Amino acid sequence: MITSLLWLIPVLPLLGFVINGLGRNTLSKGAVGFIGSGVVLASFILSVCFFFELSSSVEKQFTVNFFDWISVGDLKIPLSFLYDPLSAIMLLIITGIGFLIHIYSTAYMHEDAGFGKFFAYLNLFIFFMLILVLGSNYIVMFIGWEGVGLCSYLLIGFWFTNSSYASAAKKAFVMNRIGDLGFLLGVFLMFQVFGSLEFAKVFPQAANMVPGNNTMAIIGLLLFIGACGKSAQLPLFTWLPDAMAGPTPVSALIHAATMVTAGIYMIARSSVVFDLAPITQNIIAIVGAATALIAALIALTQTDIKKVLAYSTVSQLGYMFLGLGVGAYTGSFFHVLTHAFFKALLFLGAGAVIHSLHHEQDMRHMGGLKAKLKTTFATMMIGTIAIAGIPPFSGFFSKDEILAHAYQHSPVLWGIGVLTAFLTAFYMFRMMFLTFYGKFRGSHHTEEHIHESPKSMTIPLVVLAILAAVGGLLNIPKAFGGNEWLAHWLTGAKVTQNHLELSHSTEFTLMGVSVLAAVVAILLAYSKYVKKGEVPVADEAPRTALEKLSYHKFYLDEIYDTIIRKPLDAFSTFFYKIIDNKVIDGLVNGLGWTANEGSKSLRLLQSGNVGYYIMMMVIGIVALLLYTYLSIA
Amino acid sequence: MGTSVFYFVATLSVIFALMVVFAKNPIHSVLYLILTFFTFTVHYVLLNAQFLAVVNFIVYMGAIMVLFLFVLMLLNLNKDNEPNKSALLKIVGIIAGGCLVVTLIGSLKSVAIANPLVLKNPNLGLVENLGKELFGPFMLPFELSSLLLLSAMVGAVLLTKKEEKANG
Amino acid sequence: MGSLFENMQSVPLNHYIWFCAIIFTIGVVGVLTRRNAIVIFMSVELMLNAVNLLLAAFSVHHNDPSGQVFVFFIMALAAAEVAVGLSIIVMVYRNTQSIDINVLNRLKW
Repeated sequence: MITSLLWLIPVLPLLGFVINGLGRNTLSKGAVGFIGSGVVLASFILSVCFFFELSSSVEKQFTVNFFDWISVGDLKIPLSFLYDPLSAIMLLIITGIGFLIHIYSTAYMHEDAGFGKFFAYLNLFIFFMLILVLGSNYIVMFIGWEGVGLCSYLLIGFWFTNSSYASAAKKAFVMNRIGDLGFLLGVFLMFQVFGSLEFAKVFPQAANMVPGNNTMAIIGLLLFIGACGKSAQLPLFTWLPDAMAGPTPVSALIHAATMVTAGIYMIARSSVVFDLAPITQNIIAIVGAATALIAALIALTQTDIKKVLAYSTVSQLGYMFLGLGVGAYTGSFFHVLTHAFFKALLFLGAGAVIHSLHHEQDMRHMGGLKAKLKTTFATMMIGTIAIAGIPPFSGFFSKDEILAHAYQHSPVLWGIGVLTAFLTAFYMFRMMFLTFYGKFRGSHHTEEHIHESPKSMTIPLVVLAILAAVGGLLNIPKAFGGNEWLAHWLTGAKVTQNHLELSHSTEFTLMGVSVLAAVVAILLAYSKYVKKGEVPVADEAPRTALEKLSYHKFYLDEIYDTIIRKPLDAFSTFFYKIIDNKVIDGLVNGLGWTANEGSKSLRLLQSGNVGYYIMMMVIGIVALLLYTYLSIA
Repeated sequence: MGTSVFYFVATLSVIFALMVVFAKNPIHSVLYLILTFFTFTVHYVLLNAQFLAVVNFIVYMGAIMVLFLFVLMLLNLNKDNEPNKSALLKIVGIIAGGCLVVTLIGSLKSVAIANPLVLKNPNLGLVENLGKELFGPFMLPFELSSLLLLSAMVGAVLLTKKEEKANG
Repeated sequence: MGSLFENMQSVPLNHYIWFCAIIFTIGVVGVLTRRNAIVIFMSVELMLNAVNLLLAAFSVHHNDPSGQVFVFFIMALAAAEVAVGLSIIVMVYRNTQSIDINVLNRLKW
């Protein structure tokens, strides 16, 4: 295997970033789009080649060492890449979906003045994301981890002249930093325990340890806090819905398909460590389930099409963490894969809708678009069915694998999962029905200009729709006579999961229940939004208490505001007004005052009388001599 | 004669020095100072430092004292026109001086050597010997001292030159 | 001269030190108590001479001519100092019609 060419995969997007970044004002839009998409396509092709080489190779893990980045005493941190089945799949997702979204962006962003800047950022993001998944130790992973955070910030605040967008970017950045701190602390602790941060050195050591170790639980918990920030889990998820301020392709690429799954990738990568800490695993499962349920509840009443998708993303990420918590690592990773397909598809579809309606995002002003946006409707419908978990679309397989494992772990978690699946199906179809069915509720002027998107936007939609439809075939469970290809593939990366000990009939029953829930939800949504033609009421209109709770996102932002920001503000004000202004300034000014007043009185000693000075000198000399005399005697 | 010559001359020096300080008339002070310097010259002779004795005689008693007298005469200060310092200040000054001498002698006690002076080399203070020293190891400082004297001369001339009105 | 010196052989070095300390202190007292600049200047000369004599005494004690060379340098320095100092006094007198140092107290706070 020619691992020596591995560096090309991340470096190509970096090259694109440099060219697009430097030439953003001079290159034509065509050239920028061509370079931006071309480098990602090249990376994708390389990734595919490597993938096939890896699948035919006996050895499954390749470490490529470039140089020693940090070398201090015992601490040696090389800049090196690890290419194994896990990173191979991640490479394919990132470069493949990334390429489609680049193509899509050439049309979506065509009118934007910051076209070159946008592509430069996108390429930079791809570069960092590739570093994240290729790093062979936690520090290199952390470079990518921070880098994608930076790109996320830059792209959320892409239209930074709008101050609420800019503050959304800041919010995302700050929330991520909270998580990053946890991640860093976890890494430090890990270094203390294992004396190394190389995956290849840490995991074999961890594999020999006994489960239930407290240190391991803390490491796991800290890493999980990092994942919480990056992958938008309770209590740090509120940044993701606000991140929809960025352009839609960004939402699709960063906040649905790739970056937010970094937390899952990291935990799956460190599965050996997490297996040692059952407490941490339980916490992850509970947090994941809670996030899935709460986000789904919030999504029920949202009116902004992108917000619905954002909460849906949070909810699905919660699913993945539920899977990780119950030990279904490959199941979760499978869900990452299918979710990347259908959520990217849904976001791009929503982008196409928004694009055709001249940046109208409120579903109350949509409706009846089915006839005018045929391709968009068809592809989005596939994505919606996939996320709702209707067989044989991809979401069904991945979701049910997680649910089966959850059931084996605890039926309560399974119940929450099924409830969430029910809600998911409901709000997704609510979104579809409100957008595409009924009558158009916007202005006439807009209605006349509705048009199907150009080819460069619809082709990625079609490709993603195909993937969303058939992606589930990658890991057909044994109950259907499948061979679980993905699970086998991932064993090469030492990512395994608990064996499913349920009988096939139990498994079928579980699937039946969740599919039934989804179908019921779809029918409910149909009767409510198509038959009765209900439309969400205006912001100020009265709502029932539950609706209000959901519409206002459980008042989470307000709660954070009250319990964190306000005390912090009060604390800072206290420090500013009292400690800084009074104490510190008082000290400094007091010193100046003392010196001033002291010298005012001291300078009176300078009488100008020479005799007096000499007198003082003599007294000084006498004192010195006395001292000498006394010290000798 | 014994060692009494030293003590006799030393007593004279102290008396004359006191007279220098306490004489009312500056002219008298200068004259007493000349006498003090003369006793010092005797001390140098007693130490067999003949060169120094001669230099002291010529430079101090001759040149420097003449300078002092000239200045006094030039400024017409040969009267006792000094406003008296307050008695308190004088007493304080004397007490301070007393303290100084006591502490000086006290602190020098430990380093003082009670051994009598012994001249090991009778040629030590002779012109020949010192000339060799001066033009040998002390060549550079000796030459530099000439520069010092030159600059002092220039400085003195410049300082005392009357400012011409045109310059002002 | 030689015979004269031989008579001195029994003067202890101690007594030279005391003698010089006394002369030096007289100079200090002069500086402290007098206000006439020229008398103060003379007192400074007294101090210098006390030091000179002590240097010569130690030179003999250590049998090292360097001490006497230093006395020579100090004398050269004193000559220069007197020349400059007296010219300063002349200037002061010209400007203030007085050589009382208490008049010269403008250099203060």
